[in-house]
Amino acid sequence: MANAHAHAPDSSRYYIPHHSPWPIIGSFALFTVMMGAIAYLNDWASGWSFLPGALLVFIMFFGWFHVVIGENQHGIYNTQVDRSFRMGMMWFIFSEVMFFAAFFGALFYARTLSVPWLGGQGVKVFTNFVLWPSFEGTWPTNGPAHVGGRPDSSFNVIPAFSLPAINTAILLTSGVTITIAHHALRAGHRGTLALFLALTFILGFTFVGLQAHEYGEAYRELGLRLSTGIYGSTFFMLTGFHGLHVTIGAIMLLIIWLRVLRGHFTPQRHFAFEAVAWYWHFVDVVWLGLFIFVYWL
Amino acid sequence: MMTRSNRAVALLAIAAAAALPAHAESGWSLLNMTQGVTDISRKIYDLHMLIFWVCVAIAVVVFGAMLYSIVTFRKSQGAVADTTIVHNTRVEIVWTAIPVVILIAMAVPAARTLVEIEDTTRTELTIKVTGFQWGWNYDYLDRGVSFFSRLDPESDHARELASGIDPNTIPHYLLNVDHPLVVPVGTKVRLLITGADVIHSWWVPAFGVKKDAIPGFVNEAWFNIDADKPGLYRGQCAELCGRDHGFMPIVVDARSKQEFEAWLKDKAAEQKQAATPESAPAPTASSTTTAAPSKS
Amino acid sequence: MAEHHQAHAAEHDEHHDHKPHGWRRWVYATNHKDIGTMYLIFACTMFFIGGAMAMVIRAELFKPGMQLVDPQLFNSMTTMHALLMIFGAVMPAWTGLANWMIPMQVGAPDMALPRLNNFSFWILPFAFSILLATLFVPGGAPAGGWTMYPPLMLQNGACFPMVIFAIHLMGASSILGAINVVVTIMNMRAPGMTLLRMPLFVWSWLITAYLLIAVMPVLAGAVTMLLTDHFFGTTFFTAAGGGDPVMFQHIFWFFGHPEVYILILPAFGIVSEIIPTFSRKPLFGYEAMVYATASIAFLSFIVWAHHMFTVGMPLAAQLFFMLSTMLIAIPTGVKVFNWTTTLWKGSLSFEPPMLFALAFLFLFTIGGFSGLMLAIVPADYQYQDTYFVVAHFHYVLVPGAIFAIMGGVYYWLPKWVGNMYDQGLAKWHFWLSTIFVNVLFFPQHFLGLAGMPRRIPDYAVQFTDWNMVSSIGGFGFGLSQLLFPYIIIQCVKSGQKVLGNKPWEGAHGLEWELPSPAPYHSWETPPSDALIAKGAAH
Ligand code: HEA
Ligand code: HEA
Ligand code: CUA
Ligand SMILES: [Cu+2]
Repeated sequence: MANAHAHAPDSSRYYIPHHSPWPIIGSFALFTVMMGAIAYLNDWASGWSFLPGALLVFIMFFGWFHVVIGENQHGIYNTQVDRSFRMGMMWFIFSEVMFFAAFFGALFYARTLSVPWLGGQGVKVFTNFVLWPSFEGTWPTNGPAHVGGRPDSSFNVIPAFSLPAINTAILLTSGVTITIAHHALRAGHRGTLALFLALTFILGFTFVGLQAHEYGEAYRELGLRLSTGIYGSTFFMLTGFHGLHVTIGAIMLLIIWLRVLRGHFTPQRHFAFEAVAWYWHFVDVVWLGLFIFVYWL
Repeated sequence: MMTRSNRAVALLAIAAAAALPAHAESGWSLLNMTQGVTDISRKIYDLHMLIFWVCVAIAVVVFGAMLYSIVTFRKSQGAVADTTIVHNTRVEIVWTAIPVVILIAMAVPAARTLVEIEDTTRTELTIKVTGFQWGWNYDYLDRGVSFFSRLDPESDHARELASGIDPNTIPHYLLNVDHPLVVPVGTKVRLLITGADVIHSWWVPAFGVKKDAIPGFVNEAWFNIDADKPGLYRGQCAELCGRDHGFMPIVVDARSKQEFEAWLKDKAAEQKQAATPESAPAPTASSTTTAAPSKS
Repeated sequence: MAEHHQAHAAEHDEHHDHKPHGWRRWVYATNHKDIGTMYLIFACTMFFIGGAMAMVIRAELFKPGMQLVDPQLFNSMTTMHALLMIFGAVMPAWTGLANWMIPMQVGAPDMALPRLNNFSFWILPFAFSILLATLFVPGGAPAGGWTMYPPLMLQNGACFPMVIFAIHLMGASSILGAINVVVTIMNMRAPGMTLLRMPLFVWSWLITAYLLIAVMPVLAGAVTMLLTDHFFGTTFFTAAGGGDPVMFQHIFWFFGHPEVYILILPAFGIVSEIIPTFSRKPLFGYEAMVYATASIAFLSFIVWAHHMFTVGMPLAAQLFFMLSTMLIAIPTGVKVFNWTTTLWKGSLSFEPPMLFALAFLFLFTIGGFSGLMLAIVPADYQYQDTYFVVAHFHYVLVPGAIFAIMGGVYYWLPKWVGNMYDQGLAKWHFWLSTIFVNVLFFPQHFLGLAGMPRRIPDYAVQFTDWNMVSSIGGFGFGLSQLLFPYIIIQCVKSGQKVLGNKPWEGAHGLEWELPSPAPYHSWETPPSDALIAKGAAH
């Protein structure tokens, strides 16, 4: 199969790699992570059981991407390969969107169906009459049995126009800075590129920091915890998974930045940069959804 | 080809059918849905037969065409392919339109029956039904009667792993309970169905009623047994609810209104004077507490 | 850059089309055929394990009374059987066929993302070893049914997190696999292979891949909520906290219904390949077929609650889901009618692939009819959670999906290995399977209508006879399946060489323009437009 001699790249052919150990290492890494989690949750082992898996995953990502970046730097990838990567990334992001859709679905279901039903509205009058007579079914709630919250099972929510609003501003700004960085890259202004890329991931990490602070407050003062009924459940699962994605995104931005400093990427070809940018816009959009439906309305 | 395998099925069917009279139930009741003893159950049965025959009719046409082609257009019979038949928008439209019509014809009566089933107004007696692992609790709301209904001891004994007891020797094996639900005939009885621990489903085919018993929620269902059809009607839990899901049957004892009122009076009295602290058997007590978390 | 030296080494002998040797060929694989082969072997293994569990079920149900297994273990068998068959047998089998055929059929050298391809595969053995390991942990394997409804699911013991994470892994695997398929089809088609020239197997897989990418993450989300409800005190599915057990069912079936079409759409594709070949006549209504498949996929997103008619939904919701579900009969009907018309005035011959395709036509349609009956809400109140449902979905899954897979293997095997299998034996496999599958599942319609609930280890005596018939059919069907691997192994080891590119005279499509056995790398130089036009004979 004629392709890519690292030195004399033949861009007329679609590059098919031969023999990669990384996929099997990767799947074994995932397996180890899962086994660690299982052992931990079943009290078969301490939290340390996550370590080997985490380590392997790190090695896998490092090794795999090292190879891909190397091949890319050698110009082995023709535009068709590039397109494959782009499509792949787009559909991956779409699957992420659907993952969040599940949790948004849970939020909407709780707010428009289960909570009102428990409150005796709609078709489920007897649910309230027979089982939960004293429950109004208003949002926010930790349920008719007032699960979790403070010792008196009360809790408060985080007002939308405090930290969350600031976080919104931060993420939106980061969306702008990365776009500026992209234009700079296209125009070949490496300095501006590096600067605004740095700004972007700094904003990203700031966001994560503020979220962490917010969580701390929620747990200590507001009685708002993962276990605070359906509000706590939906709140922390949605913002939590989002926060996780922001962290991952910010780390990817950091890596991209390091690559920029090493002189990677050309004004024409910079798939990795764009992939990360798309990902960043995706976490941005998800946040808007969160801000509106979790914090605001 | 189908014909061959169908024949095989038919043969086995006959073979099995030969063995049927051994059991009390008539052959037919083992092949088809029961018509039941309520207006609704009969409507459902009619609906079922309607769709069934529609599908049979369509099957005759479609399978007919397939079989005809398979028999007629064989290469071995020297058939040559007419490769000009590749598409025809008109027929595509036709065989899209015809099913639409057929489906509407089915949907209308279905929707009507459904609306009727969902009408829970003007009920004369309300019973709260709570499914738990593994049995049922029946509570005649504000009539002072409430009791548990579990698999009868005989079946319960015979169903042990390798119990050595032949189920055929047990009357109504797995379909019998210690305390049946007693209801009046010719009365619109409303059930308020809920679950204590996991989801169960209260199903009595003869009434055409199947409703899930969902913990923390109450579902409504109703039935109105023909006034001239008192008797024992049997069903089973119809939602996987753990180890003994297969062993929580339902038995409904339908009596004439007078007999029912008499029974209810006696039962109420009996439960009143039995309501002394120690008399409530432990398992019952424990499962009532789980049964309705919010009673307190 | 060890990778690179390796690459060069490998590359060097590639020129002489030497396959890489030893275990590395499989473990480090990047070749779509090798990975496809691994997928198919894996699927077959899971089919046998899942089937063996079904045999336990049928044996216990052979007569009333508890003879073999404890009720809990019985429920585990039911649950594991379903998970293994759906996620372990049918889905990997489809991905395996996709790997083998899609590059060959669209004129591509390989899948678009070869390393990702191997990643998607190798996740599976790990995922399923976790799942199968649950059989040996305290508390036993999951016993809440493959639908995993809470609160029951939350009562599982040590197996609980194992199932959840196994499902996460399976989900990751199918999402990555699906992405690879989409990218391959969208980006790797030979110039001239326009979308409407693509073979229907490719079309139906493209649509299937979209379904996978859309719903597997939703399943992941659903089981994640189960996990946090169990371990971290969330109350998604607990009324006391404001949640609802039924919420899980909605989320699960939003995945679950598209899932069942994920299991059948590629089957539609294969049948649409086989029937024209052995009718020596182009497929009738190619475009209608494409649109029908697309509409089925679209509709599959708005019918999910037809699995939940008894949970006490508002009347309006029940009506909506009844009607939307009934609609699916229309595009599916279009497909059935087009297949039938393809037979019409053809020149039919009955090689094993054709036999399986024809059986599919009849038996899938029967399963479809029972599905339509289930969609009629009032009637479903009587059918729901009875053996009538079990009969329905096995008709669409076994003589549906499984027959199509076997038909597909019998259709393409000669191209893969360059040998013809023992067709006589394959016909035996077919007839035994077809007869026994009906003996196995047809009586279950009667059982369901007569009132036998599903997921029960023991039953009232009046159900005895039909259960015996069904079990006999089950054992017969199971044993007949042993022929399948035997025939394949015999074919690979000592099969008759096939002469020329086409073992089937009526076959069309690019895969048949390649020599047999297909070269290690499919289309190193894209096929000519003429060749493509010749292949896309419609
Ligand atoms: C391959 C998998 C597959 C396929 C293709 C289907 C196809 C269909 N299914 Fe099935 N189904 C399952 C797998 C599948 N199903 C599974 C696994 C379950 C159980 C899950 C569980 O609980 O464990 C299930 C359960 C299930 C239920 C829930 C039953 C219950 O639990 O109460 C319902 C209810 O509506 C249903 C309906 C349908 C319908 C309407 C179709 C339609 O797509 C069928 C359309 C086809 C035809 C109708 C035949 C051909 C058409 C014609 C010849 C045209 C003319 C016909 C007419 C106009 C009528 N299915
Ligand atoms: C693609 C999916 C698929 C496939 C292929 C099958 C195949 C089979 N299924 Fe399965 N089944 C499901 C999907 C599938 N099933 C699902 C989703 C459920 C619902 C689960 C739930 O309720 O949660 C279910 C449930 C289910 C039940 C109901 C269980 C219950 O409600 O408690 C039964 C009972 O008869 C059954 C039987 C069979 C049989 C006999 C086969 C046969 O076709 C299997 C044949 C194959 C083999 C037998 C293996 C090959 C041979 C050997 C291993 C050699 C040894 C053989 C002998 C000793 C005879 N299945
Ligand atoms: Cu209770 Cu099943
Ligand atoms: Cu469905």
